[in-house]
Amino acid sequence: MSFESAGYPLQPVLPELVLAFGAMVLLMVGAYRGQGTTKLVTALSLCLLVLTGVLEWMLPAGKLTTFGGSFIVDDFARFLKILALIGSAATLVLSAEFLSDPSRRIFEYSILVLLSTLGMMVLISAGDLIMLYLGLELMSLALYVVAASNRDNAKSVEAGLKYFVLGALSSGMLLYGASLIYGFTGTVSFAGVAAAAKTGSVGLVFGLVFLLAGLCFKVSAVPFHMWTPDVYEGAPTPVTAFFASAPKVAALAVFTRAALTAFPGIVSQWQQIIVFVAIASMVLGSFAAIGQKNIKRLMAYSSIGHMGFALVGLAAGTVEGAQGVLVYIAIYVAMTLGSFAIILAMKRDGQALEQISDFAGLSRTNPLLAFFFAMLLFSLAGIPPLAGFFAKFYVFVAAIKAGLFTLAVIGVLASVVGAFYYLTIIKVMYFDEPLEKLDPMRLELRTVLAVAGIFNIFFFAYPGPLVSVASSAAKSLF
Amino acid sequence: MILPALFFYLFAGVCVASAVMVIVSRNPVHSVLFLILAFVNASGLFVLMGAEFLGMVLIFVYVGAVATLFLFVIMMLDVDFTELRSGFLEYLPIGLVIGGIFLFELLLTVGFWVINPGVAKSITAAIPTNVSNTEALGLVLYTRYIHYFQLAGMVLLVAMIGAIVLTLRHKANVKRQDINVQNARTPELAMTVRKVASGQGLQDADAAEWVR
Repeated sequence: MSFESAGYPLQPVLPELVLAFGAMVLLMVGAYRGQGTTKLVTALSLCLLVLTGVLEWMLPAGKLTTFGGSFIVDDFARFLKILALIGSAATLVLSAEFLSDPSRRIFEYSILVLLSTLGMMVLISAGDLIMLYLGLELMSLALYVVAASNRDNAKSVEAGLKYFVLGALSSGMLLYGASLIYGFTGTVSFAGVAAAAKTGSVGLVFGLVFLLAGLCFKVSAVPFHMWTPDVYEGAPTPVTAFFASAPKVAALAVFTRAALTAFPGIVSQWQQIIVFVAIASMVLGSFAAIGQKNIKRLMAYSSIGHMGFALVGLAAGTVEGAQGVLVYIAIYVAMTLGSFAIILAMKRDGQALEQISDFAGLSRTNPLLAFFFAMLLFSLAGIPPLAGFFAKFYVFVAAIKAGLFTLAVIGVLASVVGAFYYLTIIKVMYFDEPLEKLDPMRLELRTVLAVAGIFNIFFFAYPGPLVSVASSAAKSLF
Repeated sequence: MILPALFFYLFAGVCVASAVMVIVSRNPVHSVLFLILAFVNASGLFVLMGAEFLGMVLIFVYVGAVATLFLFVIMMLDVDFTELRSGFLEYLPIGLVIGGIFLFELLLTVGFWVINPGVAKSITAAIPTNVSNTEALGLVLYTRYIHYFQLAGMVLLVAMIGAIVLTLRHKANVKRQDINVQNARTPELAMTVRKVASGQGLQDADAAEWVR
């Protein structure tokens, strides 16, 4: 193969190629066979995501690079790509009901999810600034469209438009930062930037700040979080579940990789930025969620807070910190998908319920659902022995070992405040007067909830595999 | 060499003048046309600097696509420009202050900023000397940077799918072209031969069928 001989082996990108090719084939299937194929296209998309995950899993071990180092497959990329694929696949499963509604049968939905996932995989493997930008745009552009996919609903269109305008602004900032970094180091590759950026010159730090601002927007960290509540509330609920899971994985991955592999020489320069962002996100996520009445808005603030906690690990800038980030994001995805399976199941007479007051007395009308939701909320709050506790434990230990005591203390305090609003929902479910019974839960929602819930509750018994995989993934960055 | 200087002042002068006209002209269509003139002159400036590819792209992208799109929007949307302009004098002082600050900063930058001399040494891709800009881009765009090119293609595919998903509506009462039906039409289906009695014309029922 001529690519091979030119030093551009295609084996590392095989999963991405399969995903891109499959998405285009499915697009043709949908375009020629009409909207009646929505179900078929969704099912095949799910198979394609699984196939991509298997191919990723079967790539030879160790660090593979291609395209002149701009595409990197290491343990870090493998771990997060499979996590992002799980997130996307679970979202497609959760979307089954949304897509079966005859008024908006859009087969393009699953194609857009596939292409967005392709963007995430590129983003996770990005080894230079151009790849980073292209992956980010591919991911985000598809997200803007799926946010507005319920186009007859004004709120959904508003969510899409708001996300698009602010996303374009953040892309602009990121590009400006990237161009400054290129200008001051003469290269776009992370390895080259790391070699050139031994000392933080003013211009380089300027570029770094803009780059981090653009990435903060994508992980919805304070002070670039403003879009999150509106978009989460306005977008259709399965789309919100998607926003809260897979894209967060990819954005956090590129955040970690860019900070740790492109700027290892100037840790002290970006550490203070990350510390500020982490503190602001944790505090705002905890306090602003208290007054929320809408469960999707509450999940938005919850995700802002959780991104803050995950960034605590990155702020440490050590192997343990990176491992903490990876464990955190994996557990966060499980908790979020489980919670959204429950939110999607909140229907009475076919009408979706989104207010927290609608959960009243759930423990009596639907005890099993209430139990699972209570467990997920306890876990989100970080109460032992549930999975969420271990997630916070690893990042805080890493922060303390790195000497960031203030950050760790503020983080623990913020998680105590955060526990208040999670407990409020549990109080509503268990102690308020019951309302009418909910519609029966669909099979696919039950499956997602069961997997996420059991992972959550029994993680403490067998944490070894996830922690050791995260550890080897974190080591591959250093 | 007086000729390049002459052309520089010509392009720069027309560019600035038409930029001013974009703001002050009363008719928005004239504004867009002046904008196009400004773009064309800016691309002339690029060509003078030896960046012929940038000049070409400026014409393709900005004149060919963006300005034409502006023109469409202005002509198709009923925007009341007199109302938009009504606050002009009110906002003039703050606009002048901001413009002044920008101008000051620009002069400061141009006057004192020096590009780090070490940068030229650390450029990863050597700048080819014996080929034109366009050729140099063409040499790497489809070979060394094929992955970027393909990915950009995927981004455009998403944009296309997105535009269709968000705007295409299948309305019930719209007549669409169906090529199969058209091709399947035979003379027997399409034509009827009637004997028309002289002085009477077609009956109403026949006429209705004719129209169909």
